[in-house]
Amino acid sequence: MEAHEEKPIIYTMENKPIVTCAGDQSLFTSLYTSLAQQLPRESMEWRRSYGRAPKMIHLEANFVQFKEELLPKDGNRALLTFPFLHIYWTDCCDTEMYKASVKDDMLRWQSTLRLHGSVDWLIVVVESEAKKKNKTNILPRTSIVDKIRNDFCNKQSDRCVVLSDPLKESSRSQDSWSAFLTKLRTLLLMSFTKNLGRFEDDMRTLREKRTEPGWSFCDYFMVQEELAFVFEMLQQFEDALVQYDELDALFTQYVLNFGAGDGANWLGSFCAPVKRWSGLLLRRPIDMEKRELIQRGEASLLDLRSYLFSRQCTLLIFLQRPWEVTQRALELLHNCVQELRLLEVYVVQGALDCWVFLSCLEVLHRIEGCCDRAQLEANCSHTVGLWTYATEKLKSLGYLCGLVAEKVPTSEDLNRTVDLLAGLGEERPETVNSLQSPYKKLNEALSSVEAFEKHYLELSHAAMEMYRAIGRMRSARLIGKSLAEFYMKKGDPERAEGFLDDSLRSYVAEGWRLQVTHTRKQMAECQKLLQQTEDYLQTSALLAGDANLTEEERKHFCQEILTFASQPPAPSDQTVALSMAAFAQLRQMQFSPPGAVVHVGAALQLELRVRCLMPVAMQVEQLAATLHFSLEQGGARGRAGSAQRRAGHGPQGQGDGVVMFPQGSPLAGAGMGASLPPALELYEMQDRSPSDSSLTSTGVVCKNMHLLLRRHDSSASLDTPTAGALPAAVAVDDGAQMLRARDITLQPGDNSILFTAPTGEPGSYTLRQLCGSVGRVQFVQSHIYPVVQYEVYSQEPQLTIEPLSDNLLAGIPQKVTFTIATGHYSVKKGDALQLSNTDSMPILHSSCCSATVLSSTGGQPSIHPLERMGESALSIQSSEKVTSISLPPTPPYHTLEFQLEVLCHIPPTPFKPDIERLTNGEVRHRPKSHSHVDSGMINIDQKVSIDCPWSIYSTLIALTFYVPFKAKHSILSAGKRKYIQVCLQNVSDTNFHLADPVLTERQPTVSMELLSLNVKTQQPVCSQQSVFCLWEMRWAKPLPLCLQCAFSASFAPVSASDTHTAFKPYRYEFQLDRVSTLYSLKAEISPPSGDQHCRTGALCGLEVSITRQAEPSETEGEEEESTEIEGLRTTKLMYEVVDNSSNWAVCGKSSGVVSMPVAASATHRVQMEVMPLFAGHLPFPNIKVFKYLPHNAVPAIQPDTDSCLENDTISLLDKGLDDQGDTASIRSRGSVHSVGSGEQQRGLPMPRLEPFSPGQVFYWSQGRQVLVLPVTDDHVMEVNVT
Amino acid sequence: MAVCIAVIAKENYPLYIRSVPVQNELKFHYTVHTSLDVVEEKISAVGKAMADQRELYLGLLYPTEDYKVYPSHMIIVYYTPVCIFFLLIENILLYRHTRYGYVTNSKVKFVIVVDSSNTSLRDNEIRSMFRKLHNSFTDVMCNPFYNPGDTIQSKAFDSMVSAMMVQAS
Repeated sequence: MEAHEEKPIIYTMENKPIVTCAGDQSLFTSLYTSLAQQLPRESMEWRRSYGRAPKMIHLEANFVQFKEELLPKDGNRALLTFPFLHIYWTDCCDTEMYKASVKDDMLRWQSTLRLHGSVDWLIVVVESEAKKKNKTNILPRTSIVDKIRNDFCNKQSDRCVVLSDPLKESSRSQDSWSAFLTKLRTLLLMSFTKNLGRFEDDMRTLREKRTEPGWSFCDYFMVQEELAFVFEMLQQFEDALVQYDELDALFTQYVLNFGAGDGANWLGSFCAPVKRWSGLLLRRPIDMEKRELIQRGEASLLDLRSYLFSRQCTLLIFLQRPWEVTQRALELLHNCVQELRLLEVYVVQGALDCWVFLSCLEVLHRIEGCCDRAQLEANCSHTVGLWTYATEKLKSLGYLCGLVAEKVPTSEDLNRTVDLLAGLGEERPETVNSLQSPYKKLNEALSSVEAFEKHYLELSHAAMEMYRAIGRMRSARLIGKSLAEFYMKKGDPERAEGFLDDSLRSYVAEGWRLQVTHTRKQMAECQKLLQQTEDYLQTSALLAGDANLTEEERKHFCQEILTFASQPPAPSDQTVALSMAAFAQLRQMQFSPPGAVVHVGAALQLELRVRCLMPVAMQVEQLAATLHFSLEQGGARGRAGSAQRRAGHGPQGQGDGVVMFPQGSPLAGAGMGASLPPALELYEMQDRSPSDSSLTSTGVVCKNMHLLLRRHDSSASLDTPTAGALPAAVAVDDGAQMLRARDITLQPGDNSILFTAPTGEPGSYTLRQLCGSVGRVQFVQSHIYPVVQYEVYSQEPQLTIEPLSDNLLAGIPQKVTFTIATGHYSVKKGDALQLSNTDSMPILHSSCCSATVLSSTGGQPSIHPLERMGESALSIQSSEKVTSISLPPTPPYHTLEFQLEVLCHIPPTPFKPDIERLTNGEVRHRPKSHSHVDSGMINIDQKVSIDCPWSIYSTLIALTFYVPFKAKHSILSAGKRKYIQVCLQNVSDTNFHLADPVLTERQPTVSMELLSLNVKTQQPVCSQQSVFCLWEMRWAKPLPLCLQCAFSASFAPVSASDTHTAFKPYRYEFQLDRVSTLYSLKAEISPPSGDQHCRTGALCGLEVSITRQAEPSETEGEEEESTEIEGLRTTKLMYEVVDNSSNWAVCGKSSGVVSMPVAASATHRVQMEVMPLFAGHLPFPNIKVFKYLPHNAVPAIQPDTDSCLENDTISLLDKGLDDQGDTASIRSRGSVHSVGSGEQQRGLPMPRLEPFSPGQVFYWSQGRQVLVLPVTDDHVMEVNVT
Repeated sequence: MAVCIAVIAKENYPLYIRSVPVQNELKFHYTVHTSLDVVEEKISAVGKAMADQRELYLGLLYPTEDYKVYPSHMIIVYYTPVCIFFLLIENILLYRHTRYGYVTNSKVKFVIVVDSSNTSLRDNEIRSMFRKLHNSFTDVMCNPFYNPGDTIQSKAFDSMVSAMMVQAS
């Protein structure tokens, strides 16, 4: 009990709610231990007012002896010292004693409580068996309790509890304990709820009064903090924090309102000039010093904020939220700076920096104190902000106190430092022993230049490391950059360079132009100090072309370059090569001529457009583009086409010799190209099947897929900036050939430079490097992309001969064009073409023959129209063998054209293939002729041999001529009279006039006369039409066996102007054999006897009479096989009745062999029977006659009959013989002489049949018809349409 | 209201950046650029759980003593007009598309820098500024003559940004 009394009530976090104990103190002391142990063991639900969520709470209590002083007086709102419950302990068990002392004591206790308005009390009656036993005159136990209840708890019977045998281990005792504890907890909570509720109400009332004039924030602060303390006491840190946050917000709002012009009186104390800036103090749970200041209303804004934050920090750390502390700390520091500014509080310059610096370090220390290293490292992101802030502030302090300079701080600086340090006050007792306290650090850092550097570097590196660790590279680089600035100030450019370079790379990579410019400027300064001439010049070049700088600055950097360039070169160093990109941008290149393909020695100009980025006009001594020359095999002429295509259809090509250089966005200069993907290059693709070139598939192909699909490390771009701040060192390669322009002045902006390209050798020239020299400085563009190239070709002279029209026709004079592409050969005066004359194709002289010279400098004649250069007359001299054409002088790579008329004689038909010898005797060839498959035209390949001046060999050129006509002849007979018909077909596409058709015998005989039956002497023959001409033959003497005839006519194209001269002869020769008529056949069909007409199905008689027309001539006799029988010469003929149209059925023999006497007018008649199968006018059946040659007869003429015919006749004969037997048995009426002859022939070797020539047999009954009636008069008429 | 407004491309180069006190332009550029660190950090943290995340606003991330930097990022799908159409309808559609990988997404970021002394600015005001910016940017993207990835030179966008900045003074 004594101990409890002595225990001082202090404001520590060990505070517990106070419970007073009255009555039997020794009894309580005996129970205290177990009570204090058991009370917090179970949690209770605390239901709270204002809809706040109920909470489970573990209760603890500080039991103190009841004293009247403990009871709060009116108006004292101290909650921490407030007794929440009053307990009266008694173990009285006999009535006497109760009545004597205990009751009075309790009454007194009660009245004291009532006096102070406290209603939270409890009476505990402890029962023990031991005591009962000792007392003999005991009353029933309940009666005491009842009495107490009666006396004190008139309506609250629960205010009195019984605790039985508390010190014994029995179930009864346990039960009573738990009942008691529950009651105690419930009552405690009730008391909390009631008292806190009342307190909160009071507090709110106070808060509502804040607009009243006398209201003080500090007073209110103390009240609400009391509540926070209680919550903290109850372990409700969250609620406690809420109280502080509310206070924080309220204060902030006041400051903001003040800023808005609504000032409160009490804020005046906070507006006092800041005198102390000792930073946050987070090591104590409660900073009583500051609390007292607040209580007295003497706190400055920084004091209040510091105290508030220290409380919040404490609670947050209780809540295990250290990272929220760091975040809030940063906010607080920013906020305080702003608030002081807003309230216009006077602060010594640098004092705030000190305060912020100390506070940052203090917070960091506090956090380090409650977390282990691993945790700290994992949460760098939360602390790094504070580190950076501290670094910044230290830096600004350093600048302020003259610690960042090469010199020693001045006395003014020192005074300032002393003032600042004075504001820090004494070091706090908590940190006196710590070596690394923020206070000591700041003191040390401000003490000397070296110490400052040490601390500053330490902090900077720590912050940078952290930023790196969490991947905030940009922030790390920013610190690096400020370090670089620091080093530059210290005059230590070596160390600055690395940091600057690093930041510059990242800005370039990400395309932030302003930063690039700014950092580059610093870089230039650094490089200048380091005397890195080349780098400095490069940077200067970039800066001189930087649009973000002012004109003066740009000129300055430009001047730097020019100054260097104009210095006489020291013997040791060479020229300095800088990147062209900073100096100028290529815009476009244009070739003239645009094809970029020229022949050797031709003029090729290249216009280069350059945008100069320099601010002033630059005098460039030489601008040169090195050329890569590659000798292309396979002849330039063939490659010219592809080169054209390449130059014209390149990725940037415009098709007119212009190569555009890709102009990036304005950011391109800042290295945007590195981060933007290249544009898609799409091409159309068509896949055709190889056989018929039909389209099988089509698609789009991306040509630069490898670039596009390359993995892009977007995240890693910061770590490995690819686009260097400085372009890689440029090497000047010394090409053998180059394009050169000297002494150019490049004005700022677009410039145009004209180069003359060397075209000395054939091959392909590619532009590689561009290099501009300004004094000692060279600006080099190491690659020119897209590829710019041109081709130079060399061409062999060439001669071609082409017809003017589609086809050359033989027989008429036509013009052909001679084209000479001179190539590299220059046609001199006196050069001539020597054409070997051929008989079949003379070259016709034309009076007005002139040659045209065309220029072909454009390269491709097919693409560029030739330019007419001049015309000059040709002189053609023709000797017997050679035609010589003297050419006008023509420069190389020109085209010479002239026309000549040629005529190809039509060879007499049919051709007799013969070998012709050329006049020059060198080449033997023959005009090949073969029929043209398509048009049926016969063509003649005529070769011309030409000796050209540029070659020792003759050139052979083939010309193809087509024969325009095709002729056929036929012989027609009428009895003995004969006619010759000639059919002339025009197979060409040209219309002709045909004149004077004449048919002559080649070996004229007087006996025969050809009588022309043609009326017109001249008639047109249209294309693909035919003309027929007819002649009658008259003869006196017997005709010769063979007639040689020649048809000739003149023809001329209808379009020919001069018809008389234009007519050219056409000749057709042919031969006629065995012309005269030997036999005439006559057939007669007679109806059956007694009938007037033939009827179908009825046999009719067919009488064939064969009459010998003429005595066989001598020549003919030889060929005819005749036999002498009884002095009569006979020849054997075979006849045959053939009815191809199945109109007739031949009954009996259809064929037979007759012997004809060799005498004129000898007639043989053959009777046969035929049966008409149809009614109507039926044509006569065909009757054929053959020469019948016995097997032993040697044919006079090996006939043209082929084996097929022979076989036919044999089978025919066989058939005839087979029939013979049959028909003979049936019919014997119309028998022929030679019934037995067939028998005779059996067993004999096969006889042969031979047809007569057309014209030898004349068939009289050709085309005759006979009327056949139907056999019955049927009503049904059968109509047979065939 | 705002002292600096920036639109930053996926590749982290500025598509548009404008600040009101011209003399401090460089400082703003540095601030905006450095704030990208935080934006990236936030995006990657968000990206892990971005199933149906519709909140583009990243909140105050990069406070400094003088300025508050409010970054926001958006995912814009471009290259096809159809996708822009989707963008106009509903952002959620885009995310669905993104998830299935039908379209390229581009993380365009907006950064608004506000003067720290301007304390009257509420969070939802910042949000509405972003919404305006977003809408205006969408209009820019819908312009068929605008080449995605180019710096923004739209007058309408510029005047909208000016309006947001003028309100400050």
